[in-house]
Amino acid sequence: MIGIDCSIAKDRMGLKLMKKVLKCATAAVVLGLGACASDPVVEEVAAPVTQVVEAVAAPVERAAPARVTRAAPVGPAAGSLADFQANVGERVYFDLNQWRLDDSDRAVLQRQAAWLQSYPNVRILIAGNCDERGTREYNLALGERRASIVRDYLVGLGVDQSRVDTVSYGKERPIDGGTDDAAWSKNRNGFTQIISGARSS
Amino acid sequence: MLRRLLAAFVLLTGLLAASWSAQAQTIIDVTEGKIKPYPIAIPDFNADPGNEEIARQISEVVRADLESTGLFVTGDPAAFIQKDLSIGLQPRFADWRIIRQDGLVVGQVGRTADGLLSVAFRVWDVNGGEVYRIPVENRQTGRVEQAAGQSFTIAPDSWRRLAHKVADTIYTRLTGEDGFLDTRIVYVAETGPKTNRVKRLAIMDSDGANQRFLTEGRNQVLTPRFSTSDQEITYMSFEGGRPRVYLFNIQNGRQEVLGNFPGMTFAPRFSPDGRSVIMSQAQNGNTDLYLMDLRNRQTRRLSDHPAIDTSPSMSPDGSQLVFTSDRGGSPQLYIMNTDGSPLSCPSGGRDTACRITFGRGNYSTPVWSPRGDLVAFTKQTRGKFHIGVIGTDGEGERLLSEAYLDEGPAWSPNGRVITFFREARPGSGPKLWSVDLTGRNLRQIVTTTDASDPAWSPLLD
Repeated sequence: MIGIDCSIAKDRMGLKLMKKVLKCATAAVVLGLGACASDPVVEEVAAPVTQVVEAVAAPVERAAPARVTRAAPVGPAAGSLADFQANVGERVYFDLNQWRLDDSDRAVLQRQAAWLQSYPNVRILIAGNCDERGTREYNLALGERRASIVRDYLVGLGVDQSRVDTVSYGKERPIDGGTDDAAWSKNRNGFTQIISGARSS
Repeated sequence: MLRRLLAAFVLLTGLLAASWSAQAQTIIDVTEGKIKPYPIAIPDFNADPGNEEIARQISEVVRADLESTGLFVTGDPAAFIQKDLSIGLQPRFADWRIIRQDGLVVGQVGRTADGLLSVAFRVWDVNGGEVYRIPVENRQTGRVEQAAGQSFTIAPDSWRRLAHKVADTIYTRLTGEDGFLDTRIVYVAETGPKTNRVKRLAIMDSDGANQRFLTEGRNQVLTPRFSTSDQEITYMSFEGGRPRVYLFNIQNGRQEVLGNFPGMTFAPRFSPDGRSVIMSQAQNGNTDLYLMDLRNRQTRRLSDHPAIDTSPSMSPDGSQLVFTSDRGGSPQLYIMNTDGSPLSCPSGGRDTACRITFGRGNYSTPVWSPRGDLVAFTKQTRGKFHIGVIGTDGEGERLLSEAYLDEGPAWSPNGRVITFFREARPGSGPKLWSVDLTGRNLRQIVTTTDASDPAWSPLLD
């Protein structure tokens, strides 16, 4: 099933997304931070999936024109970690006890894949994370399943498998120390961490 | 090590002597649910000159140990009438009966010629000669006047262990069960904010004394478990960046990665004979069960299923495993034969694994009781976590606790008590707790830091 998703994504969406990402990255370099920053920032904070969907629905087009005329300070260099964080997005978020990717997750991963294709020296570690409402051992397994789903999707989009490693942190590395639904939904994520090969900012 | 030197005191009657070996003189029946704590007086032990302070400390630990089991209540020394107790003389039973004590411990602390600390003690039934039935459900009867008279020696700096040995002996003589007080608990000591938590291996005596760290905390560690030897543990560490199972010799500090698995390994546990470690390996999104033979380092795959199979725990005879699997759609407990052969399921049919939990909620971290008849587990339902026990046939589920988070049960070596970790309120941090398998006597084991994943050692030598 994932394989089918991936091939469709590659054929129909890959190019378009690549353009989007490049446009975004270029805008970031030339015009400064403003171009794309709003998207990932919202995504980091927004826990429920619906908000993420909104956030990625209109990523570049809306923001970029507004900034064009402004003389901007220096933004993240294309191909840098900051570029990846600001313009692509490091994390996808899972539903409770789930490991399937929804549309918004796939959109983030498609951006990641396109970015990784642009910077072929970059190596990544995909970490699967879980919320604290499960037991340690089961969550280690669940996190590994989540990390593998993310890896398989990226590889299906053409990212060379040798560039990708996976790990599960189970529930041991929450990004939000809170104890409510908002915190837990942030902590159920697949985190794409750049290990090496990124350009300096 | 601790040596039993001699049974120092002659039993009063031949009849009683004959019953010792069979441990037939059980006077506290711990097999029934309703238990009235047994009132026992433990005055400070008499001391040879120069040993008064250590005698007082030993007596204090013996009292605390027995109280901690929930099966004994130790009398208030201020109420004691007879002050001239001597280990060589029969107490004045009337003086103890009138203050409503049933048992009495009389001890003597001294030194051997080579400087070892020595303790001799006797346990008396102050209703001497009466037939005991405690509690009323007690199915055992026996005339018990003097239940134990023994002497122990140990290096003076290990005086607490001497006290635990005394307490274990009293516990065993009066309940008929093996002791569990002269043991240690290994656990994960937690410090720092939740988003950057330091998790170190730590160890302490079972009463919370002598807490010390075993690892420095550079890498997060989880789920330490004792071998049948009290010197070796297996645990999971993130050292090197990914979860892997390690062996750790406590005595010499030596650590080694267990096996050369391509995937990450976690959820380790020793087989009851100590010769193997069973664990999970996760690879390409699937987690299955493996066994490593520690003698030849050969690994064997125990389960092969596209669902998650984790948290294996072996039956005392090694023939079966209980584990967590989400093959039915949510985490539940399953039992399989260690050799993979099909078995008859309690719920009907034959399969290579039988589901034993069908209640509402998720079940995980099963641990087979050392007695063989029960499985302890973590249950998550309706927004709460519980520790519970269930028969290996899936019958008789009982929940023993409830909190925001209760997780990771571990049995005392005699199968009587379960320790686990609890986050009582959201964000309050995990602490160690213990509970009797009847659900009575829930109590916290106080640690200097937050703590999780407790595991009990076997009885020390």
